[in-house]
Amino acid sequence: MMMLLNTIQIDDTFAEAFNMRGTRVIITAQNLKWAYHAANAMTGFATSVIGCGVEAGIERELTTEETPDGRPGVSILMFAMGSKVLMQQLETRMGQCILTCPTAAAFSGIDGEDKISLGKHLRYFGDGFQTSKLIDGKRYWRIPVMDGEFITEETTGMVRAIGGGNFLILATSQPAALAAAEVAIEAMKKVPNVIMPFPGGVVRSGSKVGSKYKTMFASTNDAFCPTLKGATNTELSPEIESVMEIVIDGLTFEDIALSMKVGIEAICNLGAASGVKRISAGNYGGKLGPHLFKLHDILNGSNS
Amino acid sequence: MNALTFTLKNALKFSVNCSGLTPNSLESKSMTDIANTKVTYGNHSVQVTDLFDITGSDVTHIVFKNASNKMDYIGAHMSSGNITIEGNAGAYLGFTMKSGEIHCTGSAESYAACNMVGGLLKIDANVGDFLGAGSEGLRKGMRGGTVLIKGNAGDRVGDQMRRGLILIEGNVGDYCGSRMIAGTIGVLGNVGSYTAFNMHRGTLLLKNVPNLHATVQDCGTHTLPYLSLLFKSFKKYNTPFSQLSSQRVQRFVGDAAYKGNGEVLILNA
Repeated sequence: MMMLLNTIQIDDTFAEAFNMRGTRVIITAQNLKWAYHAANAMTGFATSVIGCGVEAGIERELTTEETPDGRPGVSILMFAMGSKVLMQQLETRMGQCILTCPTAAAFSGIDGEDKISLGKHLRYFGDGFQTSKLIDGKRYWRIPVMDGEFITEETTGMVRAIGGGNFLILATSQPAALAAAEVAIEAMKKVPNVIMPFPGGVVRSGSKVGSKYKTMFASTNDAFCPTLKGATNTELSPEIESVMEIVIDGLTFEDIALSMKVGIEAICNLGAASGVKRISAGNYGGKLGPHLFKLHDILNGSNS
Repeated sequence: MNALTFTLKNALKFSVNCSGLTPNSLESKSMTDIANTKVTYGNHSVQVTDLFDITGSDVTHIVFKNASNKMDYIGAHMSSGNITIEGNAGAYLGFTMKSGEIHCTGSAESYAACNMVGGLLKIDANVGDFLGAGSEGLRKGMRGGTVLIKGNAGDRVGDQMRRGLILIEGNVGDYCGSRMIAGTIGVLGNVGSYTAFNMHRGTLLLKNVPNLHATVQDCGTHTLPYLSLLFKSFKKYNTPFSQLSSQRVQRFVGDAAYKGNGEVLILNA
């Protein structure tokens, strides 16, 4: 069935997503500038589990009323394919990115039945001078460092989450596709419980499952590569010259669906002048994951 | 339902053990059973009605009226509900208390909050020695919960304290925080001699600079960010501690004689 939103075609397809494990960490500092320094370092090189171990991003800024210690801060979300990797990556990034950042502190941002270490093992950096404080049922560690004291909560929660929600923006030029993607990302940043982990929230190198090379389990999504229109079983019509993908990880199916809806509608509001012709999604024929985000259902508000 | 109220009939000649008169120990009893409950008075056992008039029936809230300092072990082993003491309390108030709330409108004798594990204990006047300490023979004192004292406290506050929070608005005696293992003690008044003696870990939060012994060393004046978390946790209590906001403190660490890493923080340094 054909669906047009403000002259932009919405493909009758779905995005395929998979199960992940996720956590949220609240990072505070003397001011937002240093909170962002810490958060950017912690979520750096965390675009895809394929090569980074985790997918992570800044969820939003927090006011001083929202943070445990009353300082400015940001919340970050971090996702991995399994709990072991998530724990390992979180500890490593805490040690190298938050402990090292002047004035930064880290706190749990989510409750969950499963608890993973935030500062539980990092405390040994204190070499015996570390002290703990149990305040209102939560254990904090105070580690003496050269700028004063580093404060971290002992654990944070780990929850079941979903990764790999996505949609594709098909446009008549590369600048047009990117401009539309930027508009979508700005709108999607306002949705809680989700992150778009790629650079600027946008990925140009969407992948398909598998490869002609035995050692590769993902390779370029040739059906959506505009320069291969005559050389492969393309999904692109002649006027499409560039495709951008937005990938979304979130705490629940509903969070991702809402984020996709907000992003697609923001693009469609730009209309035909934007150069965007179609919105599609990464459909891998059921090979990638159990969660199907059907574009038509999401935009009709009937997704489940 | 009205609170289950025990009104003391006459002044007590001997100490009475009130440990059986807690919400959790009476919750499954009928009013007849409650009236027949035995308590130890001096060195013999008597019915509770021999000493108290009983009114009300809500066992989740117990009130002691005309209470005296010979009523020991009030709220001992308590794990739920509320106890209000109108008057003074004897020794071992809140002994091994696990949960719930005790409010004493008068003073309490020694060993209040001894071995306490959880819950809230409020005393509107003064308290004796060994507040939040361990009972005889035990190596650990208070292991959790919160104690609020409006008046003064005696010697050895928090002796061997392992965890929890004690906030004292008045003065305290000697050996405050002695042999302390962890936890937090706040004092707005003056403290006596040998503060932090053999202190292992934990925090003494003091308004006034004590006369510290040589093995508790000055580490300078600092802004400690964790204090914002601590002060935030005080906000829910009706105490001047809830007004604290400055994270600027002078920090002493000791007791070096015990290889201790405990801290004495002087507020508003």
